[in-house]
Amino acid sequence: MSENKETPANDPGAKVAQPPAGGPTRYVVARVDEIPEGERLLVDVGGRGIGIFRINGEFHAILQRCPHAGGPLCQGPLLEYVYADRPGEVHHDPDKKFLSCPWHGWLFDLKTGQSWWDPRQTRARRFPVSVEHGDVIAEATDDTQPGPGPYVIERFPVSVEDDYLVVTMRPRGGTRAPTDASI
Amino acid sequence: MVLGEKHRQEIWTGSVVDCDVHAVVPQISALFPYMDDVWVTWTTEREYPGPGHVATIYPPALTTTARDEWRPDDGRPPASELRLLRDHVLDPWDVDRAVVNCYYGIDNVRHPDLAAALARGVNNWLIAEWLEADPRLVGSMVVPARDPAAMIREIERVGSHPSIRQVLFPVRNDRLWGDRIYHSVYEAMVKHDLVMGLHWGGTTDGPPSPTGYASWFAEEYAAEWGNFGAHITSIVSEGVFRLYPDLRVSVLEGGFTWVPVWGWRFNKEWKALHREAPWMDRAPFDVIRERMRFSVAPADQGPPEAMERVLEWLGTEDILMFATDYPHGHNTDIGALLDVMPESMRPKVMSETAREWYRL
Repeated sequence: MSENKETPANDPGAKVAQPPAGGPTRYVVARVDEIPEGERLLVDVGGRGIGIFRINGEFHAILQRCPHAGGPLCQGPLLEYVYADRPGEVHHDPDKKFLSCPWHGWLFDLKTGQSWWDPRQTRARRFPVSVEHGDVIAEATDDTQPGPGPYVIERFPVSVEDDYLVVTMRPRGGTRAPTDASI
Repeated sequence: MVLGEKHRQEIWTGSVVDCDVHAVVPQISALFPYMDDVWVTWTTEREYPGPGHVATIYPPALTTTARDEWRPDDGRPPASELRLLRDHVLDPWDVDRAVVNCYYGIDNVRHPDLAAALARGVNNWLIAEWLEADPRLVGSMVVPARDPAAMIREIERVGSHPSIRQVLFPVRNDRLWGDRIYHSVYEAMVKHDLVMGLHWGGTTDGPPSPTGYASWFAEEYAAEWGNFGAHITSIVSEGVFRLYPDLRVSVLEGGFTWVPVWGWRFNKEWKALHREAPWMDRAPFDVIRERMRFSVAPADQGPPEAMERVLEWLGTEDILMFATDYPHGHNTDIGALLDVMPESMRPKVMSETAREWYRL
């Protein structure tokens, strides 16, 4: 694994020199104190848009591209988890936050990259030809808890080294078109 | 002969349940034996003709409102007597069971006590002269729809009569039916195992569409399906099925061909915005498929290939129920509709689904 650590000096988030082809590369992307708690920084790393979030003291780095339809995921709001078993009785967990893509509202858990499909899982309900008498259509599951959804965002390891945030990721291949993720 | 042109056996040889036939109050005095004396006096003192004058329901000059062969020759109002229903529908169709709905427009009566009294009168009349007079019949009760407490009182009064299986809800209403002020009504209905029958019509001083009043009759008729959509959206969004997962809703005379396309839209909005109403824990279109049934009068049929696609999009064989909507003249070609269905779906539509839905 190659090591290519450069100090950003006066230009945080500066593009790092093109790394050698091969395995994962470490990029210094920002100073730790550039991202206050609850905030984020969008950077271009090796030609890809990356969003770095600081939540409850932890850092998360994800690709700035929603797996649903390519939206600018890292520009979406961080929304707390809300839930209700009955209309009108709404509860929340302010410590549990999801990143919501600004295009269609898909929610992502930054810790796992997993999209959060709050309601029970649904599938296209095609009902087979059935000779059963007036069956109830949906097989209701007992699971009323929110569950994982179909999308997973790409996450990258972030480490704090001295005063700097270091993201480890593979450089983009030369044949790929440049990302249009805005920063 | 059924539906004017064909014999019943040409259309369907299996069992038939008609989930929407009407009983029309011929004149308000027909209700007098079934109303409290004080309200009989109130009515006669004022020569009050009643809220749902038959001329406004099946106007004689508007031939599309009732099938010609279903208008009595002697000028009596259509569907105003059990014998007419038997002669026109029950016997020719060889119906196993039928669900009788009396839309008398009491929901447009703003006098709260008169509305409740008329509801009692209609329900008593319906039970005595129709439901108890023919073992094939079950029926819907009517309720004074402006007053949830009065709705519940009437449900408690007759909701457990063995022939009462449904509560009629007019699709024109001052508020959307999912609204929380109605939730305790649904609780009472579920207690009595009653279906919610969302039916065409309702308060005549309420708009026929969610966005207001039409200028012309044709427009009014075409717009009414929008109210059905609005009410269903409300009922699902307000979490009525989270509170009462066993509640059943029938959509009567509202059509069904619009359901899948709007269902996709409802699903889409819910996917993005469900945090607003976090009790909406399932795709709305799935909830509709499970908790709602739609009568096929009218069927709003397009060309056969298109109808085939619509049925595919509906995504379930269990969602439609046969109805003549007697005496209304919808001119639904039920034979053509059956033809575009998978064979396994036909008996469900013609009887099995309604049988299960209404516990027949």
